[in-house]
Amino acid sequence: MNRIYSLALVLGLALALGACASKPAAPAASAGGETVAPSSGSTAGAGAADTGQGRTLAGQGAQGADAALLAKTTIYFDFDSSEIKAEFAPAIAAHGKRLASDHGLKVRLEGNTDERGSAEYNVALGERRAQAVKRALLLQGATEGQLTTVSYGEERPVAEGHDETAWAQNRRVEIVYLGGR
Amino acid sequence: MTNRRRLLILATLGTWLATAGLPANAQLTVQITRGVTTPIPVAVVPFGGAGPLPVDVAEVIGADLERSGRFQGLPRTAMLQKPTRAGDLDLAQWRLLKTDFVVIGRVAPDGDHLAVEFELYNSVTGERLLGYSLPAQAASLRLAAHRAADMVYEKILGVPGAFATRIAYVSLEGSGATRHWRLIVADADGENPKTIVESPEPIMSPAWSPDATRLAYVSFEGRMSAVYVQTLAAGTRERVSARAGINGAPAWSPDGKRLALALSQPDGNVDVFVLDLASRSLLRITDDPAIDTEPCWAPDSKSLYFTSDRAGRPQIYRIALAAGERPRRITFEGAYNARPRVSPDGTQLAVVTLDQGVYRIGAVDVASGRSRVLSSGRLDEGPSFAPNGQTVIFAAREGGRGVLATVAIDGSVTSRISSATGDVREPAWSPREKAP
Repeated sequence: MNRIYSLALVLGLALALGACASKPAAPAASAGGETVAPSSGSTAGAGAADTGQGRTLAGQGAQGADAALLAKTTIYFDFDSSEIKAEFAPAIAAHGKRLASDHGLKVRLEGNTDERGSAEYNVALGERRAQAVKRALLLQGATEGQLTTVSYGEERPVAEGHDETAWAQNRRVEIVYLGGR
Repeated sequence: MTNRRRLLILATLGTWLATAGLPANAQLTVQITRGVTTPIPVAVVPFGGAGPLPVDVAEVIGADLERSGRFQGLPRTAMLQKPTRAGDLDLAQWRLLKTDFVVIGRVAPDGDHLAVEFELYNSVTGERLLGYSLPAQAASLRLAAHRAADMVYEKILGVPGAFATRIAYVSLEGSGATRHWRLIVADADGENPKTIVESPEPIMSPAWSPDATRLAYVSFEGRMSAVYVQTLAAGTRERVSARAGINGAPAWSPDGKRLALALSQPDGNVDVFVLDLASRSLLRITDDPAIDTEPCWAPDSKSLYFTSDRAGRPQIYRIALAAGERPRRITFEGAYNARPRVSPDGTQLAVVTLDQGVYRIGAVDVASGRSRVLSSGRLDEGPSFAPNGQTVIFAAREGGRGVLATVAIDGSVTSRISSATGDVREPAWSPREKAP
């Protein structure tokens, strides 16, 4: 299984670098207009490559139901809430088990909010969401060393609109698998 | 592959550029959206003197006064005479034009430098209210003009002006993966925009040092937050906080030696800390499982205001820095009050408040806790006081675009400050700079 992951990793990295892939959107958000855009070079950083790699890993590296769950890398939240909704528990459990089964894997949990309210309070709220996902992953056997958090607050919306439809897509934590393997 | 990867990282690093200020193309336009009902009529007569100059000093002074919303300038075409010296000034003519105040002056050579000489007259009483000579150079004529406008404003209205100040703000261009953030510093009238740092990752929360020589800000370079302090004149910067999780919401102590910060270390929960810039020692101020963030120093340095959701929703609290004090809740009106900024006299807080389901700027009286709504947008945030305490600048959305806006603390005057391209947000009004 690890071999397959590794192969997928290499493929993913090659794809990500070859295409200079940028940050892919969450599955639910890609319909909203944010797609993988070819970048103009220098603005696509290591992080963007990481993201592409992680998604390929999640999408191609596993089979069946697990693969479907692992393909879900975005957890959505209610307004001003960091409570993980029941519908996302299976996906988080799948990611947690994968991390537990391979301690060499690392993920960055990127917390985000909608645009309403104060920017720095939203950074704190996004961090609280990232921490909630982190705790859930730890419960599944992931270790502290595998998990880092960052909160962008309202700074990185995937949906650019200014209504509840857009806001619901932006209140999220993205699970981003990092490179290095 | 590894090399290629490293190249990509280097290329990315190259775009995080800290500078002493490159001219920015995101020029701001200031537009008064509401003025006082009866603005004071004033004429600023074209200045005389030292040949062709790079700056029309009278125009800058007149534009400053009009942009305050409290003055109505007399157009030059309506002026019957254009005196530059007291001997040529016939106040009866200005009374005829119903112009209460007249500013005349000239730019005179002063050794190797220049001097902006100006006088202010009350045309009704005939009184000479001001007569000053401000030293300047060709490159600093605009600043001298702003200083003259500050003096005229204060003489007539009894409160200091805030024209000779600057605004830091963040510009955001592009969308999706091509977003590009710039931290820009411009004069308070939007002129002379200079890019201080730029990045493909978010930049937020600029905060001026009390002497207006340095900016602290948050940058997400490398996909993690860190707080930087940048010296504006030199363009050099220092990373002062880069712990795991959040490094955010920097606020300078009134003596400029410490930064209050929001950190999520060591336990992942966001609390307020104070960082001593010289020793780098860190003092925990709040310790609560709730979110505690957005600190702001009381002018006497003895306490911090901050946002906390310890009672369920975000509200403003104050905590004394002396050990053992419990935080006291300041705001009780409204379901959401966040991001406090204290007025220079310490009596009021500008906050983000939930008003009838939308986010607006409010003013809270510290003593009574009473609050008033100042702005009328739907997604207003990020209030910052002008150093004279008369005006609050904030971020707003208009037609889907991020703009800046100002509102007088008495609600009488509003203006909109927009960029020709992209969004502008996160404004921070500079303290008054010391005269040269």
